[in-house]
Amino acid sequence: MPHQQIKFYQVGSFVAGNRLLRPDERSVQARMERSNTLTSGHRACQGCGEALGARYALDAAMRATGGQLVAANATGCLEVFSTPYPESSWQLPWLHSLFGNAPAVASGIAAALKAKGRTEVRVIGQGGDGGTLDIGFACLSGMFERNDDVLFICYDNEAYMNTGVQRSSATPPAARTANTKPVGPEPGNVFGQGKNAPLIAMAHEIPYVATATVAELRDLEAKIERAMEFRGARYVHVFVPCPLGWGSASKDTIKIARLAKETGLFPVFEAEHGEVVSVSKIRRRVPVEEYLRAQKRFAHLFKDPPQTDVIERIQAGADRNIRRFGLLPDEPDETGELMRLLAETDRGPQ
Amino acid sequence: MSEKPFAITLDVGSSLANKTGSWRTERAVYIDRLPPCNHACPAGENIQQWLYDAEEGGEGYERAWRTIMEDNPFPAVMGRVCYHPCETACNRGQLDEAVGINSVERFLGDEAIARGWRVDVLGEPTGKRVLVVGAGPSGLSTAYHLARLGHEVAVFDAGPMAGGMMRFGIPKYRLPRDVLDAEIQRILDLGVRLELNRKVTSIQETMQEEGFDAAFLAVGAHLGKRAYIPAGSAAHILDAVSLLRSMEGEETPLLGRRVVVYGGGNTAIDAARTAKRLGAEEAIIVYRRTRERMPAHDLEVEEAEAEGVLMKWLSTIKRADGGKLVVEKMELDETGFPQPTGEVEELEADSLVLALGQETDLSLLDGVPGLEVEDGVVKVGPDMMTGHPGIFAGGDMVPAERTVTVAAGHGKKAARHIDAWLRGGAYVPAPKHELASFDLLNTWYYSDAPRTLQPQLELARRESTFDEVVGGLDESNALYEARRCLSCGNCFSCDNCYGVCPDNAVIKLGAPGERYAIDYDFCKGCGLCVAECPSGAIEMVPETI
Repeated sequence: MPHQQIKFYQVGSFVAGNRLLRPDERSVQARMERSNTLTSGHRACQGCGEALGARYALDAAMRATGGQLVAANATGCLEVFSTPYPESSWQLPWLHSLFGNAPAVASGIAAALKAKGRTEVRVIGQGGDGGTLDIGFACLSGMFERNDDVLFICYDNEAYMNTGVQRSSATPPAARTANTKPVGPEPGNVFGQGKNAPLIAMAHEIPYVATATVAELRDLEAKIERAMEFRGARYVHVFVPCPLGWGSASKDTIKIARLAKETGLFPVFEAEHGEVVSVSKIRRRVPVEEYLRAQKRFAHLFKDPPQTDVIERIQAGADRNIRRFGLLPDEPDETGELMRLLAETDRGPQ
Repeated sequence: MSEKPFAITLDVGSSLANKTGSWRTERAVYIDRLPPCNHACPAGENIQQWLYDAEEGGEGYERAWRTIMEDNPFPAVMGRVCYHPCETACNRGQLDEAVGINSVERFLGDEAIARGWRVDVLGEPTGKRVLVVGAGPSGLSTAYHLARLGHEVAVFDAGPMAGGMMRFGIPKYRLPRDVLDAEIQRILDLGVRLELNRKVTSIQETMQEEGFDAAFLAVGAHLGKRAYIPAGSAAHILDAVSLLRSMEGEETPLLGRRVVVYGGGNTAIDAARTAKRLGAEEAIIVYRRTRERMPAHDLEVEEAEAEGVLMKWLSTIKRADGGKLVVEKMELDETGFPQPTGEVEELEADSLVLALGQETDLSLLDGVPGLEVEDGVVKVGPDMMTGHPGIFAGGDMVPAERTVTVAAGHGKKAARHIDAWLRGGAYVPAPKHELASFDLLNTWYYSDAPRTLQPQLELARRESTFDEVVGGLDESNALYEARRCLSCGNCFSCDNCYGVCPDNAVIKLGAPGERYAIDYDFCKGCGLCVAECPSGAIEMVPETI
């Protein structure tokens, strides 16, 4: 874990603040002077993980840069719910162009700032999984490949939520979406498709790649701060549950993100220059069933009779992540696991 | 002509104009729930609050101690002799191990004595005079609370020293006398008048003669119950209460090498452990039921067993003769009641100590109109008042569990009702909050932290001396232990609600001690703050539509 673990009985560094800590030891989100980069009145659904993740990430970036920050936003929920004409929820210079070009727009802003000698102003590009992994992917890969001085943040809610929950290349196997119906012999999204954006980003050997969830605020903030210490292309992939699209209770957004990490389904790690440098260990391991049951998009797996074979395949995927990334605590041969991971992923451009 | 650019018709605005609170069907509301420790405390201590104070360390300790002193004037005594039902109820017990509340209380009590912390009278003098009969835990506790409220209090005790069963019932190895003396002295320093060797023979006469407006009776239960055991002339039989009381005198009682204690309560354990320390090679407890059904507390039984006290279950004593006891084996019937089997055996014993319970000497109440006695104890109402107006009673002489903590709780309760009665009103306790049960917590957020063990005196010294058996915590251990508290049902300012709201609808008030507020203009009612509150201090309330 990149952030300093505070050995502190009661709540340690699991909560946002903690009255017993010095103010500078508390998270950005615990501070009264946090920037609220995404302010109230936005039209995100109740319990929106993306709204939460975006404020966590951008407030941390604002603090890390002393407020010298510009953001380019892809089309998607985040753009639509925050800026219905003529209102805006953004409290930083913010630009929206098209669905697919956010990384290119961000590259352009960085180039312009460089040309004007304003390199103290930092640039963030951001979008959902559709705008990042699918529609904006060419621009993103180009931005990585040129090592443009941009931090791109993907808020991954695993489908096109804004247009009515259509499958993206980040949609997990077996999940129900508007166009992967729970019917037929393999209901929901098929196995063996989709892509792993953080590993692809690592394959570009850019300075910094990290994954995070909205369930671990301090970890997320530490990764944004760390990303801001580098110049060049950086990528942070934030797991943000979507109550509407996933069919989960609005109060469960953080719990589901926590379960995604604790099951091993979403490995939380960071990598520098193409190499994994830290992984967040699983604290209380749970079977994937607990994660799946909390979401209606997987409800067809638990009908009578339950599709245990599908649940087992999903569990196998989580187990593979646990092996690949060495997610269990007290892993005796952690470096060995990392070496294997590198062998598996080291297929980037030579 | 518009001055706006081409195709722009509206001014740029902030989304703050969009009051998303109108979406809400449920609202988040901050609440305080009743922590299970507070709920279980017979003295009604606000345990969660004083642990919260102590968690800060440093100056927080004194604040914590003062919070205890609101409810109970004996923190250092409690920290040693209380059977801590709070720890049995503690939610942390379901997570790893209960918080060592008792050991923290002891640390705070000892700190107070070491640092000489004092308390003050809070109320203006009322001119009312209250007589307390009996200087045990309930009498002294009542006197303490009444004195702080501004009343003039006199405590009469028939014995030569104050403390009641804390002195004459609880052995020194559990409660060192300097600790007891210090906490009693603090009460007397409030201006409480203590008269020792002053036996009240008629409560009404004494009240009239000396002009008391109210009385609190707390004479305790100092008479050992006798059971009829046929005994030869040479048999040495004494009761446990007398044995323990005589430990406070000049001469130590002679018990011999083999001592048998008859009974299964805490007094039996105390008597057996005392006998061991007086040099008995064997101390055997004879009890007619099983260990599971023994009323003595587990911890004390374990400590006694570690010290070599032997237990003989399912046995009654039929006869005592010279150096021998005839013991009959028992078996439990379906209802769990012991029945004789007719099978007997002999047990060698130089003395037999009877620990079969205690009774109260109620002679001072003779002729008091309205007063009711049932099963040897005085009946009192929920306000601790007897059937006679102005005469209240508590402690071992009323129907209740007989522990120091229950007695201290009686004292607090009685004092509040006596105070209200003297002022011509009635004390109405504040309504209790809903219980903060384990399922209302989000335990993910609490660090894993096993309990600290208190040091224990080595066995060799426990067999021969009356040194205190259980040691206290040092400062860092006490702080660690206090910080294991989950703060069930009460906000402890962790900022999590402020952090997790996707709509920035939680307002941090900021000043020390101030918590948070919900901005209902923007709260959409998602419930994330409630779900992610570690301590269960927020709830969702349906909106009226």
